[in-house]
Formats: sequence, structure tokens, C-alpha cells
Amino acid sequence: MSALRFEPDDKYNAFLAVCKEPKGGSGKLSGIPVAVKDNISTQGIETTCASKILKGYIPPYDAHAVALVKSAGAAIAGKTNMDEFGMGTSTENSAFGPTLNPRDTGRVPGGSSGGSAAAVAAGMVRMALGTDTGGSIRCPAAFCGIVGLKPTYGRVSRYGLIAYANSLETIGPMAANVSDVSLLMSVIAGHDKHDATSQDRPYTHTPSADIKGTRIGIPQEYFGAGVDPAVAAVVKKAIGRLEELGATTVPCSIPSMEYALAAYYVICTSEASSNLARFDGVRYGPAVETKKSWHAAFQDARREGFGPEVRRRIMLGTFALSSGYYGKYYAKAQVARENIRKDFARLFADVDVLCGPTMPTIAFRLGEKSDPLSMYLSDILTVPVNLAGIPAISVPCGTVQDMPVGLQIMGRPFEDERVIDVAYAYEQGGQP
Amino acid sequence: MSENPPADAQVVVGLEVHCQLDTKSKLFCGCSTDYRDDGPNTHVCPICLGLPGTMPMINKKVIEYAMKVGKALNCEVSEESEFSRKNYFYPDLNKAYQITQYDKPLALGGYVEIEGDDGKERKIRLTRIHVEEDPGRLVHMGNAERGRYSLVDYNRAGIPLIEIVSEPDMRSPKEARKFLNKLRATLEYLGVFDSDKEGSLRVDANISLKGSERVEVKNISSYKGVEKALTFEVTRQKNLLRRGLKVDRETRHYLEARGITQSARSKEQENDYRYFPEPDLRPLRVKSWVKDIALPELPDARRERFVTQYSCSLNHARTLTGELKMANFFESVVAQNKDACALAATWIADTLTGELNYRDMGIESVDPAKFASLLALLKAGTITDKSGVEVLRVMLDEQHKGETVETPDVIVKRLNLARTSGDDGVLLAAIQEVIRENPKAIEDYKAGKKGALNFLVGQAMKKTRGRSDPGELNTLMTKALSGLE
Ligand SMILES: [Zn+2]
Repeated sequence: MSALRFEPDDKYNAFLAVCKEPKGGSGKLSGIPVAVKDNISTQGIETTCASKILKGYIPPYDAHAVALVKSAGAAIAGKTNMDEFGMGTSTENSAFGPTLNPRDTGRVPGGSSGGSAAAVAAGMVRMALGTDTGGSIRCPAAFCGIVGLKPTYGRVSRYGLIAYANSLETIGPMAANVSDVSLLMSVIAGHDKHDATSQDRPYTHTPSADIKGTRIGIPQEYFGAGVDPAVAAVVKKAIGRLEELGATTVPCSIPSMEYALAAYYVICTSEASSNLARFDGVRYGPAVETKKSWHAAFQDARREGFGPEVRRRIMLGTFALSSGYYGKYYAKAQVARENIRKDFARLFADVDVLCGPTMPTIAFRLGEKSDPLSMYLSDILTVPVNLAGIPAISVPCGTVQDMPVGLQIMGRPFEDERVIDVAYAYEQGGQP
Repeated sequence: MSENPPADAQVVVGLEVHCQLDTKSKLFCGCSTDYRDDGPNTHVCPICLGLPGTMPMINKKVIEYAMKVGKALNCEVSEESEFSRKNYFYPDLNKAYQITQYDKPLALGGYVEIEGDDGKERKIRLTRIHVEEDPGRLVHMGNAERGRYSLVDYNRAGIPLIEIVSEPDMRSPKEARKFLNKLRATLEYLGVFDSDKEGSLRVDANISLKGSERVEVKNISSYKGVEKALTFEVTRQKNLLRRGLKVDRETRHYLEARGITQSARSKEQENDYRYFPEPDLRPLRVKSWVKDIALPELPDARRERFVTQYSCSLNHARTLTGELKMANFFESVVAQNKDACALAATWIADTLTGELNYRDMGIESVDPAKFASLLALLKAGTITDKSGVEVLRVMLDEQHKGETVETPDVIVKRLNLARTSGDDGVLLAAIQEVIRENPKAIEDYKAGKKGALNFLVGQAMKKTRGRSDPGELNTLMTKALSGLE
């Protein structure tokens, strides 16, 4: 056991908790400090999901991924800021203040794993764990100019991840380069008997830059309305570079994209309304001073403890699941989700990966998106992947107005290795 | 009021029965289910506490047990079933939802055969059987409304339950009790249920008079309670109708201590549980597994076997097989007295059952070997039936007080209960004594009054404290009286 000293100059509010003398061990990640998003349980370290309602909660157990990271010798450096319970695209929805983008502190780092992305981008840690529900790893990776992988659903155990939308989210690696993302992935992937949705698919891959013959689909929807032409141009250029490296490209279309955002928000809010119901002031967080009856006391605790975005999504989800509306919303969203899955399966019969921008714009300015709907719209390019459960990576591919742009590479289920390779090829040979 | 049924309207009862499956560990985690003698919150882990980030893992034994029940109750075990979340707020509900099965239960259909009120076998149809977890438990300091605070114990959270839902096929509170008894027997025979455990069975009953509104009685937690609660409801509803009032469709609670039902307040009735499939569990597919589930001998088969193998009467066989422990006790007694089957059946089904009920004791407190030697004494004529009962009572009382239970031989010797007979002089001495002490009865006898002989025999019986055979005593008394003339 080697004790490190970890006292970062956190100018960006990337950390909610810092472990000043984290213990490391021996193994693949020996001596490497790893930051962990604050919705992933860490034994003995306060874990709040950036919410007041979990203030003071110290999990008595480690998430499976955290246990694996520790047993590979890494030192848990601290817990990173995020949008409260993962709900947001900017890390402005944290109860403990927003994280700033190290590339431009007037801008957001993206969300919801903004703290993890900023900690890596600022060089405070070499790697970090994030979680991705509708793009929450890829978006901040793109906005901060780092690499983030959303693994295939089921490849990394969710045990210990404080659930927001169980059927969509997954824990994944974030780092400054593809090799480190791949290394961290090799530690956290594999079967966990505590997670019934976990698959026995370990990851033992070493990235290869050889992508000769790889067929890349370019969905037209990823370059349509709402995508900043400057961002589209940078991404198209990056794809051109992949062609020069030996890949071939095929134009294609995901017609179901039209419904992806609506389906996503119905499903994630429905699941969230159920997952977050346990935070009622009885077991976690500060208790409200009240002598009211149970249900009234629960209301007070939840009104006090949850931020506005969380309350909004709980209300939406509660409504979507309520009797009389279930068929209209939740059931329909599941149908749309199935269509998206089928669209991807059809495309992946012809191509090996799909490429497009990760985000339709560069990082927005703090406070710029005050209207929730315009914030929701920025998830349009990332959520289809979560609905389909497939792997996707965001790798930096250039800049617009000096701000990084992310190239998103999506792959077949359990072909995380392939999206890593394409990202690695670009990273190694991207700049001509 | 013309739509109201007459006061003698037909009773319609349907039951929802929650049974705790007797597994070693809980439904979704490894915690022990054997918490009853331990302190609150001692059998808990992050999973059954519903701590943030934890996920359920299905205990395969629970599913195996539930499939056994489904097969034994003639259900169709679903090839694919699914868990859902039932969302509601309550302090004892750790996750604010209960994981249960909703639109895709483990088993559908099926039936339970009972002896109907008309004495004929009847099939009570089942709607479904599903698997679910139990919530925790609240302990109120004071009462739920006005108490200062309540404590929460999660030891019970995650205990595996099955809910068996019947069709409204029962026609009386008594039939409901028979249905429950049969259900309990079947579950015990399967080895998946322990009815002695506190809270192992809880019942919600739906009851209506034909043509009238349906009332749900919640949370009846004893077998006897079901018949009582339903009987109370039948009377209450009939009285309403008799007075020209109507029965409200409502939920009522059964108050065990007072034996009455009480209307639940309306806010407890309106609940939208917002069911949706549990995202952390995959659908349960049991197609190949269900074929391998073997069933043991069940109550009906055992009853038939008792009739054929031991020549038990149907009634005795029914009583003896109505509880697994009783049936096992009978067979272990009979194994030691192979030629005393009839005697064993009568003594166990009638005498022993009565004496045990009187003392509120279970059959497990009787040693089959000692009981068998009591039967041997009876069979050999060493003691009379009356003395046999006395010996049995001594044995049960000793057991009840926690004393060492003597063998029947010892008790017979100690209390001098061995049957007397004409040649040992005791009987003759008693008769002479009776004759001496009852000159009036002798006169009556001589005058031809028939009752006088019975009186004299009875007196002599008393003097021998039941040790003598009434027939023998009668003969000896007649002989002695004839010598007087
Ligand atoms: Zn447990």
C-alpha cells in the first residue's frame, strides 16, 4: 500500500470530495489516482449525486467498478461534480455549484459527468469514471476535449451506481487519450453476480490503429438541422481523415431518430421517478424539521432536498407511468426504443461503425441554456446509443472557436474494441 | 331498494393469500430469513435495505419453491414471467417500491379441492400465483396516528412471499377456512412453508352477498381470523340489507383482538401504483427448469393411501392428513403397532387431537414411541379406554409443564390404573361395598326397577376409578345381586 498525496488546485469545482491521501496498491493501475463520479458508491467516502438530499450519505460498500479499480492498484482520488442525479447536459444542475470548463471557464464542461471530464482535462487526474445515461460521458468528453467511452449495456456492472435510469445508463472510462480509456475499460468490464443485467464479456483489448477496410456509416440525421455547420464541418473533415487511414464510408439514415429524444425522456423520467422515490428523508440526507404526518413529511423532505430539474423529471415520470397514461407514453416509448434498436441492427449489417458529431454544438456558456427544452435538444445525437444499448466513444477531433469538438463513433453491441480502435486510429493519425 | 338482494343471499368469497416461502435466504440478497429471535435490523445488508446503487439478484430457491406450489396447485407455470415495481410511499418500504409480479405472473389458473358445505368435493379455482418481496415492519410508539414516533425494522424486508389469488368461488366463511387449511397442508407437504412462523400467512378477503357490492377485508393474519372476520362481515352486510341500506364498496381492516372489521379511511384506498417492469431484472424463463420440478406425495394422495393402506375411515383420514405433522405422527405410531391401525386412527384423530387443542399444544410435543406404547397397553387390554385417556392427560400435562414425560407403563403403575378383573378380588370387594352402602337401590332393584342396576354398576365403577370393564362389572354385579335373593 503506497499512500499518495492528492491536493489538486481545483479552480473548476470539479471535485465534491477529495481524498488527500488515497491508498493505492499494485496492479494494472498501480499508483494512478482515479476520480469517481459522485453517483458511484464508494465505501467510506461521502456520495451525494450532487444532491442536497444525499448530503452526508456515506455508502457502506463499494460499487463493483470501484472495487475493481481499487484491486487493480488505483487510488480513489475523490468524487467528482455532476448534474444532480445525472440529470442535465452542463453540470450546472449540481446542488453544490457548477463545474467550469478548463478550456474556457466561462463555459460549461458538459454533463452530467462534467466533474470527471474537467478533472481529466485540467490534468488533476489521469483517468476518471463517469456514467452515461443519454450521453453523460460523451458530452463532457467532447466539450472538454478528452476521450470518453460509453460501453455496451451490460458490459460493466452497474452495481453501486446510484440509479437514475437503469435501463439506459452504464459506468464508463474517461481519460485524456484512447489508450488510457482502453486500460481503464479492461479493469472495469466483465461479469458481476450482483448485477442481473451484467454479461460475462471481459475486455482484454490493446488498441490497434489499423482500420483498413473498416466500413463507416454516416447517418444523415447526424448532420441535419440543429447541428452547428462549423461543428459538422470539423467532424466531416475528421471522417475524411479516417478514409485516408483506410476506412470506407457509406451514407445512411436512422429514420427512428425522429422519436429518439421523446422516447428517451419518457423512459428516463419514468425510471427516475421510481428510483428517486426512496429519498424521502427517512433514511438518507438531512431530515426536515417537521411534526407532520408521513406523507406530508415526505413532501417537505423532497421539496427541500431535490433541485428544480430533478423535481421536474420526477413529475414527468410520475405522470408518464400513472394509470391511464402508461399506454400513451411509457408503452409507446418502448416501441420507439425497439424501432431504434432495429434501425441500428439494420445499419450494422452493412457497416462496422457509425460516425458523427458527439454534440451538435461546442460547449455553451454558463447560464446560456436556461430553458430546459433547449437543453434537452442538445442530447439528440447521444441518446439513440443509450436506447439501443450499443457502445460509443467520443474522441477530440478539432476545434471551433478554440473549443474542442468530439467525433462520436458508435459500434455493434459488444464491439467496444472496434470503436476503441477507430478512435485510436484517429487519435494516432488524425492530424495530417 | 329493489336492486338489493334478499337477506339470505348467497355469500361470495375470494381470497388473496400471502405465504412466506421457507427459504434460508431472502428473495434478492443473501441475508438470513431466520430473524425472529434476533434484534431489529440485524438481518440486513445494502441490498435488502435498498441502499442507493444496490440491485436485486434472484434467489433461485424461491423460484423453485414457487414453481413447486404452482405445479402442486394444478396451475400453468408460465414459461416467461416478469418482475415489476409497485410504487408507493411508506416508511417501511425501503426503496419506495416493492418488487412483485404484475401482468406476467409465475403461474396462472389451477385449483384447490375442498370438501364443500354440502359435503361434496369442490374445486376452488385460482387466478394466479406470483412472487414478491415483503416490506419491512413498523413499530409504533403509541399508535400510528397519535404516537410520538415509529421505529422501522427491515429484518423482514426482502423475505420471499408468494401471493395466491383465488376466484370468488367460496360460498361461506367455513369454506374459506377449509380452503386455507388445504392450502397450508399442501404447502407444508411441499416443504416450502412453515406455518408456525409468525406472519408466515396473511390473507386479504373479498366478500360480497350475491348482487351486492364487494368489500375487501385486509390483513387477516391467522387461520381462525379468516373465518371470524368473514362471519362478522356476512352478518354486518346482511344486517345492512335487512334494514334496507346498501353495502358500500370499500376496504376494511380486521381487528383481530376485537373480532370485528373496521372501515379503512378513504385516503388509503386511492392508490396508483404506477407498475412498470423492473429494469434491473431480466424476464424469468423457466421452460426447461419447470419440467424437472418433482412433487412429493400431496394431502389428497396421502388421504387416499391412509384409507386403503390402513383402512382409515374417510373422516379420520381427512383429519390425519390435514396437517403434515399429524400425518407423519400417525405413520410413525403405526410403524410401531402394525396391527393397531384402527385404534391409532381413532385415538389420534379424535382423542389426542381434542386433548391437544384443549391445551393449545401441537402434535410435535408428543413422542410417537410413548404414544405407541400407550396404544399397546390399550390393545392388550391392560388398561381400559377411560384409563387410557387418564394416562394420556398425565403425559400431556407433564410435557406442558416441561417435566420429564413418564412412559405409559410407569404412569399406569404409579396411579394403579391397571384394569381390574373378577379374579383379583378388587372388583368383588368394590361390589360388596356398593351393595352395603346402597340399601335403597337394592330395594328398588328387587322391586324390578331397571335403573337401579345401572346406578349400582356406576357406583362400583367409581370405586375402581375406571379401571374396570363396564361389561364385566355388569355381569359380576348381576351375579352378586342374584346371590342376595
Ligand atoms: Zn440483505
